[in-house]
Amino acid sequence: MSATTLILIILVLSYIGYLLGRSKARSIAGGELVSLHSLPSYHGAYVAVWCGIPALLLLALWVVLEPQVADMILRSNLPDSTISGLTPPQLSLLITDIKNLATGNIVSREVDPALQAAADGYSSALWISNMALIVVALSVAILGIGYARGHIEKELRARNRVERVVRIIMVVASTIAIFTTIGIVASLIFEASRFFARVSFLEFLFGLQWSPQTAIRAEQVGSSGAFGAVPIFAGTFLITIIAMCVAVPVGLFSAIYMSEYAGPKFRSVAKPILEVLAGVPTVVYGFFAALTVAPMFRGFGESIGLDVSSESALAAGMVMGVMIIPFVSSLSDDVMNAVPQTLRDGSFALGATKSETIKQVILPAALPGIVGAVLLAVSRAIGETMIVVMAAGLAANLTANPLEAVTTVTVQIVTLLVGDQEFDSAKTLAAFALGLVLFFITLCLNVFALSIVRKYREKYD
Amino acid sequence: MTDATSNSGSVMDRKPDLSAKRVSRRYAAEARFQAYGLGAIFIAVAVLVWLLGTIVFQGLPAFTQYKATVDVTFDADEVDPENLAAANYQALARRALYDRFPNVTARRDKRELSSVLSGGADITLKEFVEADPSVIGTTRKVQVSVSDSMDTFLKGQMTDIEERRPDTELVPSAIEGEVSLLASGNVFADILAGVKVELEAQAEDVLSSARRERRGIGILENDLEALQARANEAVGEEREGLLARVADLESDINARIRKLSGLDERAAFLYNTARSSGGSLDLTEAMPSVLIEVNGGVVKAKKVANDQIEGTAFIPLQSSAAAASGDWTVVTYVTPERGRQVKDQTATWLRELQKDGAIESTFADVLFTKGDSRAPEQAGLWGAVVGSFLTLIITLMLSFPIGVLAAIYLEEFAPQNRITDLIEVNINNLAAVPSIVFGLLGLAMFLNFFVLPRSAPLVGGMVLALMTLPTIIIATRAALKAVPPSIREAALGIGASKVQVITHHVLPLAMPGILTGTIIGMAQALGETAPLLMIGMVAFIVDVPTGFTDPATVLPVQIYIWADSPERAFVAKTSAAIMVLLTFLIMMNALAVLLRRRFERRW
Repeated sequence: MSATTLILIILVLSYIGYLLGRSKARSIAGGELVSLHSLPSYHGAYVAVWCGIPALLLLALWVVLEPQVADMILRSNLPDSTISGLTPPQLSLLITDIKNLATGNIVSREVDPALQAAADGYSSALWISNMALIVVALSVAILGIGYARGHIEKELRARNRVERVVRIIMVVASTIAIFTTIGIVASLIFEASRFFARVSFLEFLFGLQWSPQTAIRAEQVGSSGAFGAVPIFAGTFLITIIAMCVAVPVGLFSAIYMSEYAGPKFRSVAKPILEVLAGVPTVVYGFFAALTVAPMFRGFGESIGLDVSSESALAAGMVMGVMIIPFVSSLSDDVMNAVPQTLRDGSFALGATKSETIKQVILPAALPGIVGAVLLAVSRAIGETMIVVMAAGLAANLTANPLEAVTTVTVQIVTLLVGDQEFDSAKTLAAFALGLVLFFITLCLNVFALSIVRKYREKYD
Repeated sequence: MTDATSNSGSVMDRKPDLSAKRVSRRYAAEARFQAYGLGAIFIAVAVLVWLLGTIVFQGLPAFTQYKATVDVTFDADEVDPENLAAANYQALARRALYDRFPNVTARRDKRELSSVLSGGADITLKEFVEADPSVIGTTRKVQVSVSDSMDTFLKGQMTDIEERRPDTELVPSAIEGEVSLLASGNVFADILAGVKVELEAQAEDVLSSARRERRGIGILENDLEALQARANEAVGEEREGLLARVADLESDINARIRKLSGLDERAAFLYNTARSSGGSLDLTEAMPSVLIEVNGGVVKAKKVANDQIEGTAFIPLQSSAAAASGDWTVVTYVTPERGRQVKDQTATWLRELQKDGAIESTFADVLFTKGDSRAPEQAGLWGAVVGSFLTLIITLMLSFPIGVLAAIYLEEFAPQNRITDLIEVNINNLAAVPSIVFGLLGLAMFLNFFVLPRSAPLVGGMVLALMTLPTIIIATRAALKAVPPSIREAALGIGASKVQVITHHVLPLAMPGILTGTIIGMAQALGETAPLLMIGMVAFIVDVPTGFTDPATVLPVQIYIWADSPERAFVAKTSAAIMVLLTFLIMMNALAVLLRRRFERRW
């Protein structure tokens, strides 16, 4: 029985508990519902909570712990003769093989009786665990129903109790955001620290060579990869600048037109169209950049005698800029709309034209907000993945020439982590170090930009 | 200010410049500024139109697919009714083609011929037999997809095809093998002229490389002189060494001069041939291909004169009688054979099949019924659509309840304190964290720590749920805020508890807004690619997933995989997949807009 079915059964049991509790409360009240402290449905809910929540918690705990425990049992049951002389990677390979054998998958070695025995033991342990889970979870659910139903009486403050549970669930739900952040930081720092145990932190931050390919055998040529991330940061920076060169002027001018010139009719058409640009999935932009824009730039460059790489930073950056236009425009639009009308009226009263008002009154007044918007857009551009994965290069060139191929942090993370991975090589762990840098930089940009925007809003509130 | 106090007199004196010139300049600046704004919007819209236009233009052909109807003999010896899976269906399909073109005997030609049909023809035939085993022992017409390069050719994306029917007579010299065709007029003059233009262009090329060579020789001769001079001055061992280098250089120069004269000769020859009138010239692989269809056969031109063509019969002629004017056709494939995947021979077979009426353009149902494949003509989207669906179910089931509960707590219950502030800052930040970081979280936490299955919709859904959570929380809070306090106060006033106020009154009123936000969040999740690459959903998966823990892929990742594939036909497939994805997104957003228009109340 899979976990999904078990969950469904527990939910059905909870509903049965609800019905039982409600009818019990009704029968206790004996037609005089007023004599109950809570409505019968709250008594029902009380029973359902006692039935469902302990059982579901148990199930969750079991699902999380089961693999670890089963693994431990499997390891402790392996005969010493098999384990002795195995390095940890070999041992984990053996364990994987036994698990595959147990689940009937393809195994990478000859099956000997000892292995078969271990696999049989493992699968029977899994079976026992599964059965035990079903029995325990269902009995907890049924016991819960019995216990809560036994408690139902006229004075039971069922509503208060149920509401307290609801409140606790709400608190738990709202802390998930915190736990997500903690999870991100913890997993990035944990894996990155394993990386920095092999490669020095300074070399990573200031090294000029990036070639993460580490050889499998020690005597191979180029066996020690180089992990200097400066070319990657430079590439990210270059592409971000190109994107901003497109997004800021176009986005800002569209915002100015929308908020100051356009009539409501034009606005109601143009605004959604601009927002469509933000709604197009990034993988579509990536496809467009790689198969339409980049070849076009390349052809154009050839026709005027320039050597444009087919994975040029220019193509990736321009398309990314297009993607960010609505981001800049809608944020700056909001910001400019927040500038008080009195400032405009004052300027008009002095005889300024509309464009003079915008240039000399509104834009200076809205500047902090616009800077915030641009910074948020920069953070977005740095973290954007699919466009650069599909349209930018893989080789880490340290160049400022937008016609050449450069690589970015996100591209490297994807190339290092997609495909076969071994989780103790510096190559794989480097991705987490890059991820940590990415997270840290975007976090700083976001916090800074959001605080600017908030301060600005308060100024005119 | 200092300016004003010290020179107050001059400020007072300065009269505002009210000249018409300045006013018109200011108005011009105004108009310019407004034009910049309009131009910016125009640029954004134009790029959007360009993007969507390119994709629709590229993607539409992928919704149709060419199929060939072939007569397949299901020999009882070959297909064992007891064991249908064991038969070699690919051989059956191949044989059907060999039967149609009996004069194809050479092994290479046969291999070429069998490449017309898709590599998945065996599956079609197997399904055909399985559906009705009584066909064993009979010959039936079966519709099989053609391979991807044939499909591209038939859709006209590989080369333009020109046809004309000259009104002169044509006399073939033989019916098979090498055939010469004599026309009763100069009907091939334009082909010959085309060949000459081509030759002239080649002559230009040769000439320019000759020019380069000559320059090179000039430089080398200068070097030689300098070297000679140094050798004359040097003494002893150094002199020996220099003299040896001089000798090397001399022989090098001589070799180059010989090569140069060869080039010159070649250029002169090409020019002469190109400029001489009439004559008979060879057609090469680098020129457009010319095929003559006459008397039921096809002759590929190898040598052309004004009124005569010599070539090989790809399809034997039925007779060597003279063909009347208008009864024979000159077919030109404009793209040279060298630049095409489908060669002239194969193209001829395809035309023959087309003349039989055996080739038909059908709706590409494979797109919506099959999973991924390495062969473009068999690759479908259905696996990815199902994978996306399963993933979104998990996302919705996690993020909707958690998001709504969190928003209710923060908006209605939470006391104003540090922890609440921390939660709010956190949610705002999570909304701006790059999506790939969520992928790293999923990889490190869900896959490595909790040992959940790789490539599974379960894990994908969990990662996307964490990503969409901020969107849903923010939208829900906005919707809750929009419900006026009077509603809450009225409910509290008649004795409802706080939870009752929310579940009975506030939440139903806020629901349209919440659902709108949720749908928009789901649309974002549907278009997300990067975090799913991290948790292994980028694997090549042929089977359509059936459960939450099966290996699966999703639509955007499928687009990424296809966009990376080298086969030309995948470009159209990718665009078609994008069109499907955009259709889903448009539908979801339209639903959101509809909900907002229909149910949202303004207070």
